Amino acid sequence: MPSPINTGDTAWMLVCCSLVLLMTPALALFYGGMVRRKNILSTLTLSFAFMALIGVQWVLYGYSLAFGPDIGGLIGGLDFVGLKGVGAAPSAHYGPTIPQGLFAAFQMMFAVITPALITGAFVERVRFQSFLFFSLIWATLVYDPLAHWVWAKGGWLNQLGVLDFAGGTVVHIAAGFSALAFALVIGPRKGFGKYPMEPSNIPLTVLGAGLLWVGWFGFNAGSALAANGVAVNALLTTNTSAAAAGLVWMLLGWLEGRPSTLGIATGMVVGLAAVTPASGYVTPMAALVIGAVAAVLCYYSIRFRQNRNLDESMDVWACHGMASTWGMVATGLFATLEVNSGGANGLFFGNPAQLALQLLAVAVTIAFTFIVTFVVAKVLDLSIGLRVSPMEEEVGLDISSHGERAYS
Amino acid sequence: MLKKIEAIIRENKLNDVKDALEKIGILGLNILEIRGRGRQGGIKLVGRSGTYQVDLLPKIQVNIILSERNLEETIDAILDAAYTGEAGDGLIFVYPVEEVIRIRTRERGHEAVMYPGDIDERKSRTGSTGA
Repeated sequence: MPSPINTGDTAWMLVCCSLVLLMTPALALFYGGMVRRKNILSTLTLSFAFMALIGVQWVLYGYSLAFGPDIGGLIGGLDFVGLKGVGAAPSAHYGPTIPQGLFAAFQMMFAVITPALITGAFVERVRFQSFLFFSLIWATLVYDPLAHWVWAKGGWLNQLGVLDFAGGTVVHIAAGFSALAFALVIGPRKGFGKYPMEPSNIPLTVLGAGLLWVGWFGFNAGSALAANGVAVNALLTTNTSAAAAGLVWMLLGWLEGRPSTLGIATGMVVGLAAVTPASGYVTPMAALVIGAVAAVLCYYSIRFRQNRNLDESMDVWACHGMASTWGMVATGLFATLEVNSGGANGLFFGNPAQLALQLLAVAVTIAFTFIVTFVVAKVLDLSIGLRVSPMEEEVGLDISSHGERAYS
Repeated sequence: MLKKIEAIIRENKLNDVKDALEKIGILGLNILEIRGRGRQGGIKLVGRSGTYQVDLLPKIQVNIILSERNLEETIDAILDAAYTGEAGDGLIFVYPVEEVIRIRTRERGHEAVMYPGDIDERKSRTGSTGA
């Protein structure tokens, strides 16, 4: 009897799993280069910690909650605790030509990087213990259920027909609006607005952005769960959106002065985040528009955040939250069955209902992630405290939290 | 009488100042990389989205120990080389020095700050006092 496992698909997904994992250290570098010298190790550690934390949590129960057999449209239950029954045989629903263990591993990398994105909101002042508690709670109460709603068979948003190819809602909107909520609770860095806090190592940030772009091929194209035309389409749209967004951001920077390197790198990431939900459903030309619009939207979202004097330090909300909000809307506009027969048509292809579904998913994600994060952060703030002491913050978290110097 | 010059100059003027000093025979010096604020009022740098103001700017401090008889000539050389005409060109401070000792030879005083081919050797060769 021929095996259902397709070796081409499996080999490809093994690579994608690795590419997405690489995105977390890439993100660490991306954020790390943007903080002050005295906090670079701490910032790197906030992202790296998730490779360990979710690496364990996902195996123990995260995968089960997210992708276990559906209960009430809301959660996956405990059938797959300890990855029981998740091995070489393909899942009936997820990636029918690859081992389910590989699907679980691939999804793990998404579960790792999503909370890592949030860390940008609270760098240079968060207390490490509080951060670890928050992260575990967030992964369990926010990520796992949300992933179930959007991606699991039986998940209620999935059942309604919401299109989110690689994580517009589950990853970027969730991270962006959770970051916003957390930033509102933890408060600004000491001296924010008064003293300039210059990036200490922009080359690291640019390196991180480059690795993120490459890794994103695994993130988006890998979400096809097979080595096929849809994966190729996702790769093309991913690349095109990043390119368009990078160009537009560069032009926007030029209009105001000189186009900064950091700006161009940021623009590219914004394009990548925007196209994520759309990548397997839209054409490359649509991706061009998605990236270009995302750059404008996010550029001025940062400006808006600055004008409100909110220290959401790495602009996770502006660059990921808003980018994918547009991306989800764009999916509702540009999706076409010609690209992916397993998807749907969007507004521009005669199906306005899809846009309504996308907006619903966006609204639900924003409300759910923002509210739960705000409450959890507030409770932690009132109980164990979210911040280090002012002295520890002045000295820098590398020394005060980790007892290390980045550069001796 | 020995003096110390601290010349705070623009980063990008270091090579010009070093060359000008070498030309008149001031060979011994050291530099510090410092940040400072004065009349220049800082600079606008570019961030992710828009610009921000930085007011402690990187400068170079050039330290020179020299004989009083070479002081004015050295100051003139630095002034000419470091000048641009824009705010932020810098300042020169002059201090008296109590003692100078060369570690290798234990020479003290003027001998400790004399080098082969330097300004004092040229002056003694041409017989000029310069003072």
